[in-house]
Amino acid sequence: MSNVDRGGAHHPIVELTLTRIREFIREPEALFWTFVFPIVMTLVMAMAFPSRAARPVPVAVADGVAQGSDAAGSIREALAKAPGIVLREVPAGGEQRALREGEVHLIVVPTDPPTYQFDAARDESRTARLLVDAALKQAGRVDPWTAREEPVDVPGSRYIDWLIPGMIAMGIMSNGMWGVGFSIVQARMRKLLKRMIASPMQKREFLLAQLMARLLFLAPEVAVPLVFGALAFRMPINGSIGAIAVVSLVGALAFGAIGLLLGSRAKTFEAVSGLMNVAMLPMWLLSGVFFSSSNFPDAIQPMIQSLPLTALVDALRAVVLEGSSVNGVRGELVRLAIWTVAPFAVALRIFKWR
Amino acid sequence: MHALAVKCDGLEKRYGDVVAVAGLSLHVHRGECFGLLGPNGAGKTTTIEILEGLLEADAGDVEVLGLKWKTHERELRERLGIHLQDTQLSEKLTVGEMLRLFRSFYPRGRPVDELLQIVELEVKRDSRVGTLSGGQKQRLSLACSLAGNPDLLFLDEPTTGLDPQSRRQLWDVLGRFRAGGGTILLTTHYMDEAQTLCDRVAIVDHGRLIALDTPQALITALAAPRMVVQQGTLEDVFMSLTGRHLRDE
Repeated sequence: MSNVDRGGAHHPIVELTLTRIREFIREPEALFWTFVFPIVMTLVMAMAFPSRAARPVPVAVADGVAQGSDAAGSIREALAKAPGIVLREVPAGGEQRALREGEVHLIVVPTDPPTYQFDAARDESRTARLLVDAALKQAGRVDPWTAREEPVDVPGSRYIDWLIPGMIAMGIMSNGMWGVGFSIVQARMRKLLKRMIASPMQKREFLLAQLMARLLFLAPEVAVPLVFGALAFRMPINGSIGAIAVVSLVGALAFGAIGLLLGSRAKTFEAVSGLMNVAMLPMWLLSGVFFSSSNFPDAIQPMIQSLPLTALVDALRAVVLEGSSVNGVRGELVRLAIWTVAPFAVALRIFKWR
Repeated sequence: MHALAVKCDGLEKRYGDVVAVAGLSLHVHRGECFGLLGPNGAGKTTTIEILEGLLEADAGDVEVLGLKWKTHERELRERLGIHLQDTQLSEKLTVGEMLRLFRSFYPRGRPVDELLQIVELEVKRDSRVGTLSGGQKQRLSLACSLAGNPDLLFLDEPTTGLDPQSRRQLWDVLGRFRAGGGTILLTTHYMDEAQTLCDRVAIVDHGRLIALDTPQALITALAAPRMVVQQGTLEDVFMSLTGRHLRDE
């Protein structure tokens, strides 16, 4: 490869990678999906899972019962004093509507003994029932002891902490697959691929450059939701930045290679979109992004464990939440490496350039 | 040096039941501009893509610059310039970036600046490809084909869809390439283009060669009926050989 004169151009791998990066950053929509979307998604998560400090349950007392307001009055008094309960005024006759619409979770009818009206199918209503029952039974009594309460809200053990690394892994998956697969199909549709192989361009170098370009966008893709999680939810980042980087990198290569494989023959966006969805859907469901994959039967566990997203989700959670080292997740990394090499090799063989 | 730039004999290619090329033989000399003419669907593109090593023939022998595709693909790719029909270059890149990309594929050739100069796109160096006119895009595509300073240029309908000024500008670039000793094999369905540019033309139809000579000789031999009133053109030759009925693609 000596005395090569590229007339002011860099090595083809560099030029091909730069080309891909330029095409990407000059496409505003792509930027949105890669960088803004994860933030929006995390914000939505923030709203869905606020760090709720023991929100009191709303309940109401039905006044309209004939026996007079004595019973109702003492019930009100007992409930007002009880912790974790907030009394709401509901107009007479509107109790059922308030219950149905979730304005209150339980209605106390001042019969003797009192009657609770609630929807046993709803967790909030069952909680309200327990709290109200305890409060009313305790009224006027002195218990031998009161248990000390110790609320557990340790950062690192909550659902949101568990969710964020999963979301990051899912982002690496979809950006990798769409980013590589779509741009290849586009180049094929424009006959640019055919034009390129009519030149002395090396096929392997073109495909490698597609993966390289992916890696450059990886840092912000991972860092943005991670930093957001740390700031907004006090999510702990127990692992080293280096370990997180290695896991993300290996994961991005795997999904880039899978994107390459899925885009290797498709001639239209519709075709490649279909393939992507078929490939991603099982992973969204099974790989444990939103709920633990251990919920699925043992019979399909080997299949779930062999999915690349499972490996990436598990490895990211291990390094971010448990502070695992690269060595601690080497099993997952090996699986991801296989998911890189095999699809790349197959893509190189079956790739349609025209 | 081998005297023939392109030598193909008994070329055959079929797609299912459709015969695209039926025993075509062509010999293109070094330094000449050779035109492949024919109506749509005559097999021009199939033929040129076989010669470019992009398609494999069912039968026949192909030698380009004295080399075979099977044994010397890499060397051939470095020594050929290829312009395909309907390639859309990346709209988001600038002219300079696009050209640099193609230049990087060749181990030797002209500097990017010189290529821009040849196709007269220096002022567009930093413009996005998407903002170029049709003629400018074709010239950029031609510059990409010239990046490796090729010995032989394959052009598949290089001026289709261009306005007359753009076509002439492109012809000028091709003229300069030939002046430097380059060989050109082009397909076209513009007779005036073939008449202006080509030393020899082959007229093909239904995948067969039906005439082969210099444009002037073909005109003299075959466009006789109109010569009473005016000089015949290659178009007359073409029409008398391939028929006047309309053809669908």
